[in-house]
Amino acid sequence: MKENAKKFELPFHVVKRSTIPVWKSMLFRVIAVVAALLLCSILSLLMIDANPFKFIVTMFDGAFGSSRRIWKFAKDACVLLCIALAITPAFKMRFWNIGAEGQTLIGALAAVAVVIHGKGLPNWLLLVLMFLAAILVGAVWGGIPAVFKAIWGTNETLFTLMMNYVATGLVSYYLLLWTPSGSSVLGRLDQGHLPILGHEYLLLILLVLLLTAAVYVYQKYTKQGYEISVVGESENTANYIGINVKKVIIRTMLISGAICGFAGFLIVGALDHSVAVTSVGGMGFTAIMVSWLAKFNPLIMIGTSAFITFLDQGAAQVTSTFNVDSAFPDMVVGIVLFFIIGCEFFIHYQLKFKTREEAAIPAPIKSEKSESEGGNA
Amino acid sequence: MMLLDYILTSVAIGMTFLLGCTGEILTEKAGHLNLGIPGIMCIGGASGCLALKACYDLPGFLAVIIAIIAAILGGALMGAIYSFLTVTLKANQNVTGLAMTTFGVGVTKYVMNGMAINATRNYLYALKYFRAPFASADTGLKYWGIMMYLAIGIALASAYVLTRTRVGLHLRAVGENPATADAVGINVTAYKYGATCIGSAVAALGGLYYIMDYMGSMEAYKTIEALGWLSVALVIFTLWRPQISIIGSIIFGLLYLAGTRIPTLLGINLGMSATPLLQMLPYLVTIVVLIITSIGKKRENQPPASLGLSYFREER
Amino acid sequence: MNKQIAIEMKGVTKTFGSVIANKNVDLEVYRGEILAVLGENGCGKTTLMNMIAGIYYPDAGSIFIDGKEASIHSPADAFSYGIGMIHQHFKLVDLFTAAENIILGNHSGEKYNISKVSAEVRAIADRYGFHIDPDKKIYDMSVSEKQTVEIIKVLYRGADILILDEPSAVLTPQETDRLFDVLRKMREDGKSIIIITHKLHEVLSISDRVAVLRKGEHIGTVNTAETTAEALTEMMVGRKVELNIDRPAPENVQDRLIVKNLSMTNLDGIKVLDNISFTARSGEILGIAGIAGSGQRELLESIAGLNPLDCGEIVFNRPKKNLPVSFYHKSLADVKALAAEGKFHYEDGSAVDFTGKTNAEIRALVNAGKVLFNEDDVMNLRDKTPLQIREVGVRLSFVPEDRLGMGLVGNMDIVDNMMLRSYRKGSSVFVDRKKPSDLADRIVKELEVATPNTHTAVRRLSGGNVQKVLVGREIAAAPVVLMAAYPVRGLDINSSYTIYNLLTEQKKNGVAVVFVGEDLDVLLELCDRIMVICAGKITGIVDGRTVTKEEVGLLMTKTDSDVKKEA
Repeated sequence: MKENAKKFELPFHVVKRSTIPVWKSMLFRVIAVVAALLLCSILSLLMIDANPFKFIVTMFDGAFGSSRRIWKFAKDACVLLCIALAITPAFKMRFWNIGAEGQTLIGALAAVAVVIHGKGLPNWLLLVLMFLAAILVGAVWGGIPAVFKAIWGTNETLFTLMMNYVATGLVSYYLLLWTPSGSSVLGRLDQGHLPILGHEYLLLILLVLLLTAAVYVYQKYTKQGYEISVVGESENTANYIGINVKKVIIRTMLISGAICGFAGFLIVGALDHSVAVTSVGGMGFTAIMVSWLAKFNPLIMIGTSAFITFLDQGAAQVTSTFNVDSAFPDMVVGIVLFFIIGCEFFIHYQLKFKTREEAAIPAPIKSEKSESEGGNA
Repeated sequence: MMLLDYILTSVAIGMTFLLGCTGEILTEKAGHLNLGIPGIMCIGGASGCLALKACYDLPGFLAVIIAIIAAILGGALMGAIYSFLTVTLKANQNVTGLAMTTFGVGVTKYVMNGMAINATRNYLYALKYFRAPFASADTGLKYWGIMMYLAIGIALASAYVLTRTRVGLHLRAVGENPATADAVGINVTAYKYGATCIGSAVAALGGLYYIMDYMGSMEAYKTIEALGWLSVALVIFTLWRPQISIIGSIIFGLLYLAGTRIPTLLGINLGMSATPLLQMLPYLVTIVVLIITSIGKKRENQPPASLGLSYFREER
Repeated sequence: MNKQIAIEMKGVTKTFGSVIANKNVDLEVYRGEILAVLGENGCGKTTLMNMIAGIYYPDAGSIFIDGKEASIHSPADAFSYGIGMIHQHFKLVDLFTAAENIILGNHSGEKYNISKVSAEVRAIADRYGFHIDPDKKIYDMSVSEKQTVEIIKVLYRGADILILDEPSAVLTPQETDRLFDVLRKMREDGKSIIIITHKLHEVLSISDRVAVLRKGEHIGTVNTAETTAEALTEMMVGRKVELNIDRPAPENVQDRLIVKNLSMTNLDGIKVLDNISFTARSGEILGIAGIAGSGQRELLESIAGLNPLDCGEIVFNRPKKNLPVSFYHKSLADVKALAAEGKFHYEDGSAVDFTGKTNAEIRALVNAGKVLFNEDDVMNLRDKTPLQIREVGVRLSFVPEDRLGMGLVGNMDIVDNMMLRSYRKGSSVFVDRKKPSDLADRIVKELEVATPNTHTAVRRLSGGNVQKVLVGREIAAAPVVLMAAYPVRGLDINSSYTIYNLLTEQKKNGVAVVFVGEDLDVLLELCDRIMVICAGKITGIVDGRTVTKEEVGLLMTKTDSDVKKEA
């Protein structure tokens, strides 16, 4: 092993970039997306015998081909965006909340429960109660793992993941209770609908855009948002300057869960008017991509959620036009994500090719105590 | 009799968890939280079934072996993609894993639906070989096929390698403290790639087992993802020890089936609605274990110290 | 003595960027001897030894092992030459046992058998007189046990040249004695031992020969038996260099911070501060001299309220009774709040009541010196939280080891870093970026921070510029006590003078300045008084204007026994 290690040497070594111009990082991302779409179209060529040009055209057609499709596109992107907004403060704090799926679902469940048990109440009161119930229950769902994380350091990734399935279980349970036939399919509720504003989806879109602005302002311009950034960057620093880290973790997760609950409320009140175990349909996970790709910036997230929705809907159109399986969009999204995830490396690191002399000398292993820094003036 | 059947069946379904869990343990021991395991298990099932369909005319046992190899290769390929992104390109492990699952589930659906369209000469013919030697039993024993012994063997072998061999020691060092491992001359990258690819291959077998032994149906692939998440949960439940995961997987199997079996077993009618509540049990139990171990703070029971962090030598 | 040469270095030079770490060093190490490599911080001792251990590769010059030229590119290469280095920061896996750590990375073809390894470890331990349990987990071990594991790890791999980097830095005196006994046994066994140190008494008690380094150069090697502490000190510190730092005489000197009998034990159970008592005065710069790691950092952090103390008091004393309130330390909002609490009176003794007065009127009253304090500020800082300590005006400027860890957030821009400690001000839920932004502009301009703009992440700035941002922020907070640790480390000469002038400026404003420095020439020209600490104890507080460099140098390396003799 000693010998092998010496013989095998790459012709370059990896260096962390200190800075990269914005245009360059965007260029890398664009190249990644183009390369990914190219690969997808080649795949589609092989699998479904569609030429790449037609593939791309069909993608656009699927997302923006008619006013109905554009509305659907906007609606889907907004729901995704809403959930992504929810997890963003938590992620910014480096709290890996992958439980948005469950937090949203449980919020939706609470909203439905209000409608079912509140028969006869006026619609506006129902809506208020639905809203409150959804954000409250969502906050609790997000808050539970946060409390354990804050006090005992319980691993939040695994905890929030498990909470998703508990939420799913509760939904199945209540569905069985509420459907006398035992079909567990809850029909369309006839109460608790959000008012329609011009178009079926318009109110939802406006609410989510409003929320986007709110989360942006919260993160960037409020003291709490500032505290989140400090805790995320360095807990030591946060302790040092007197931030109560436990409080910030719990508070942020309550907010994160509450926004998820709000997304659940929107799903029930504006879209499905019902709940099922598939109501969130994996968006809780996709939202993580949306948030992460946008570097936790809510304004950029409008773009990333639109982009992922575009992929999804465009690829769905490809499936119907070329009569391929409905799983095709998942594959396309997966491949594009791999490319974008991979391209982040080139944004953060740089390959330095060695000159011949350098190649003879291995990169120095940085010693813990480098005296070079100690050079006095 | 019903109790026996319940237990036999639970052990069988437990093997799916066991394979997924052993695979995830190997990966996590190298410091990588692979949330792509559910997708990888799906891919394992899909590639195995593809191979079976192609081997329709070969002798049964040969087809089984080829299918197992195909599942291993499929899983290892997924593991290689994951490692390339997270080890070489140092991408965020959570995000990469979730993308792997999206991708794996998508590809699997695509492949399996494609095969379902042309259902003659499909893969289910091999069921009796997979379920050998008890294929004709009429209790849960019929699921006790060859891959079950393979699963237990892999778990025991993994436990042995991790605790009793130099390779295991080095792997654990990589997951605990990659900088130290690097300083003493261990090839951190090679260990990370190796553990992730082997772990993914093992998990992939879980998908194949589930379709071709436990379920034996064309629809089976649809539920693998949920089982995959349970396997990830089982890792926590068993405190990162493959030997405990043999017991743990059986407990999870009992809990998983409790919803459908216990009411009939006790001859009482809890009402249908109780089933989902009982199905939540494995997750709730995992949460409780997660909390207890984090409160207990016993060092041996914690996740590997560098879990989820990428290693870059030149960074302090 | 058997004079067989084990290692010979010829003309070894190493540079890091523009900094020369080692310049043309010639050095021999014999078999069966203990060589001490002595020098101040940053003199290139560790860098030189890292080149033998394969961590760095020399830019020029060559290294001969047993007479043959060797090329050592990695720690593995070093091992193949029988060289093993024990670093200050242990490289051990906490969760493993001692035996597991010892064989880690050992790829010999032998079958893995941990009980056999344990037996071998015991054999090595018995041979040299170590006390160790091979099956004990590292996380259960004390620092000295961990060090033992590191040493045995090197021996287990068959090293016969051992390099120890400041081995006693983490040990108690008893543990150090025990380690030295072990080292002597190894010497008898024919092994070559190099210890890097800056502690004179250790050098004198254990080494056969001493190699002294200063500013990267090898000053000379002497036989220990033929030298004295004074002679070594002189070799180490060299002659005094004139820096011409401006040093006005202190004015309005008052006792501001009185530290009494302060002791502190760190997490490793080592007593890092031992009965420290001193007074920091307003209008004066108190220098703290000492070898790095003698407790300077812990002392400053203790005063700032960041460390739990064993015992002691820190009295903050600010006579303000009947003195006028000014806007220097307080904002208008602060003044209004305090007035509402009844903390002020007018010259005639009547209570101050601002109700019904406009802001302009209040400003006029305060600026005219008509508003006076009721009471002095006297408090024991030990009972206060770090935040409260900061609020009364005690400012810890920075600890360079963690420049970007504690004082600043690397990924945030300069403006956001400005408000790290002030963002809470006011009752609004929003942060106010206007003032921090102005402050950032001012600091960038006045201290000539090289940055594209104030929205550049601090991480991207060079070390010197990061320091300027930090010191600028702390001074802008109008401190009453300003503590600065190594504020010029890594700075070029011009920036260093900027910082010196800033500190002197603060002193003229009546601030009590505490300056921890490492360059004796600077300490001697900047400080009014110099407190010297060694191994957590005060070995002397001297007048900065009259003391000589050699005197300070000797105090820095004073042994326990010397201190006792005088007492």
